Amino acid sequence: MKADFFTVKIKRTVKLNHRTIWVEMNQTLDAQPGQFVMAWLPGVGERPFSIAGSAPLCLLVVDVGPFSQAIHQLKPGDTLWIKGPLGHGFSLLGDAAILAGGGYGAAPLWPLAQLALSQGMNVQVCLGARSKADLLLCDAFEEIGCELTLATEDGSAGETGLVTGVVEKILKSKKIDGLYACGPTGMLTALASLAKTYNFPYQLSWEALMRCGMGLCGSCEVPQTCDPALPPGWLACFDGPVFRYP
Amino acid sequence: MSKDPDLSINIGKLKLHNPLVLASGVLGTSASLLYRAARSGAGAVTAKSCGPEARAGHPNPVMVEWEGGLLNAIGLTNPGAKEEVALLKETKRQLAATGIPLFASIFAGTPEEFGLVAGIIAEADPDLIEVNISCPNVRGDFGTPFAADEHSAALVTRAVKEAVGITPIAVKLAPNVPNIGRIAAAVVNAGADAITAINTMPGMVIDAEACQPVLTNRTGGISGPALKPIALRCVAEIAKTVDVPIIGTGGVITGMDAIEMILAGAKAVGVGSAYWYRGPEAFRLIIEEMKAFMIDHDIQSLEDIRGKAVRR
Repeated sequence: MKADFFTVKIKRTVKLNHRTIWVEMNQTLDAQPGQFVMAWLPGVGERPFSIAGSAPLCLLVVDVGPFSQAIHQLKPGDTLWIKGPLGHGFSLLGDAAILAGGGYGAAPLWPLAQLALSQGMNVQVCLGARSKADLLLCDAFEEIGCELTLATEDGSAGETGLVTGVVEKILKSKKIDGLYACGPTGMLTALASLAKTYNFPYQLSWEALMRCGMGLCGSCEVPQTCDPALPPGWLACFDGPVFRYP
Repeated sequence: MSKDPDLSINIGKLKLHNPLVLASGVLGTSASLLYRAARSGAGAVTAKSCGPEARAGHPNPVMVEWEGGLLNAIGLTNPGAKEEVALLKETKRQLAATGIPLFASIFAGTPEEFGLVAGIIAEADPDLIEVNISCPNVRGDFGTPFAADEHSAALVTRAVKEAVGITPIAVKLAPNVPNIGRIAAAVVNAGADAITAINTMPGMVIDAEACQPVLTNRTGGISGPALKPIALRCVAEIAKTVDVPIIGTGGVITGMDAIEMILAGAKAVGVGSAYWYRGPEAFRLIIEEMKAFMIDHDIQSLEDIRGKAVRR
C-alpha cells in the first residue's frame, strides 16, 4: 500500500438527511469494512472518512465544517483526491452479530452488514442519534435483511435514550457472537464496558484527530481512559481504527 | 559458531543496549507512545521537538508518500516547553524499569530562546537533549534554520550548553548545507557532546491533477529511502571532521541500512519512517537483521566496523 493521492470522480450524491450526503464515486477501492481513506480537496483541506462502500467507493459526509461543506458542493463529474485504504478494519466472527452505530458511525457498519449477510450471518443493527432526523441508513439496513432497533435521545424514533441501552437489552436476551460498533467516543467507552460485563467479544471503530494518517505523527492516539483494554500508545490510524477485544 | 553479537553502544556516559534511536518527530508526542517505541525494541527514544510556546502545526495534508520516500510538514506541533516537562517526567517514570534512555528535543527562534527552552526542559532530567536547529518546515516562523550557518549553529549550541549544565546535548544538523563538516566542527567546538545527522531534506511533491503542491505547507521534509544516500554522505563527512558520537539518521528501514550507517561512521542510528515501511515491529526486525549480518560476517561488536567503509 502506498500512501499517495489518486483522483476519483463523483458519480452521484444523494441527500440522506438535513446535513448528510451519500457520495458515490466512479471507481471501486479494494478495502475491508472499517478501513478509512483520507480525502483531499486542494486548497480546502484533508479529512479522514470511514469507507461506507467499496464497490464503488462511497463516503457518508456530514456537514460539520468547511471541509465537509466543500464536499457537499461537489457535482457529478467533479474530482476528489483519495489516499487509502488505510488502517485495519472489522473481521467477522461466528454466526450472530450486533452492529451498533451512533450518528454517522453508521457509515462503516453498512458494508460490514452487507458482508455479514453474504456470509449467512444473523445481523442485528442498533442505530442511535439525537433525533429521528439525524438517524442514517435505517431503510437501507432494513431492506437488505437486518433486524433494526432504533434509539433517539428525544424519543422521536425508537426507544428514548442512548443506543447503548438497546444494545444492553439485546446482549442480555440473545446469543451474540460479536459486537461491532462505531460512534462517538463516549458511546464506544460505554459499549466496551458493557461487552466486558456480559463477556462478549467486541470490535470498536474509534474516531480521533488524524493528521498524517500513517502512524507516524502520534496525533490520533486513543488513551486507555477510553477503554482500559487498549494497549498503551494505540493509534487509531495505524493500529485501528478498529480495536478488537479479546 | 560465533556468539550472539554485541549491539550495545555508548554515547558519552550513556549506555544503549542497541544503537537504534527513535528519531524525533515520530511517535514522540506522549509518554505512552514513547514507552511503546521503547518496548518495541529501541535502544533509546527521542520525544518530539518542543519550543517555547504551544504550536498546533500546519493544516492537513501534512504527509504524503511518493516513489522514493515520504514528505512531511507537520509544523512542529508541540505543547510548549512547560507542558513538555510533565510529558518527559511521566515518560521517564514509565521507562525507569526498562533502562532505556529518553532524549528530549528542543527548537526555538533565537539562541537566547534556545537557552531558555533548554533550561526548562533540563528540569525533566532527560538523558540527553537534542537541539533541533534544522527543521525545514517552519521557515516563515523561525527564519532560516540555524543549521545553515556555522556561526549561528555555534551560538545556539553554546546557549544550550550553558543552560543545561551536565546534561549531554546532541545538535541535529541539516543536510542541505555546502559543508556539513564545518558546521559539525563549529557545534563541537561550542560544546556539543554528540551530533544527530541528518534532519529531513527539504522537498516538494506536486499533484499535477490538482496543479499544486500536496502539502498545505507546500514544501516539506523528505524522509525514507531517498534520504539514506544523503545521510550516509553527511555522516561520513562529519565522522572525518569531528570525534564525537554521531546519531546517523535518514532512511534507515532495514538492518542493512543500519549497518551501512555504522560503516559510514555513526555510533547510533536514528529510526523514524521505518515505522511506516516495516510496521510496529520495525525496531525488532532491524535488530534481527543487524545481528544476522554480524553473525554472517563474524563481527563481534559494532565498534569493529564503525567508519570502516569510509576510512582511507
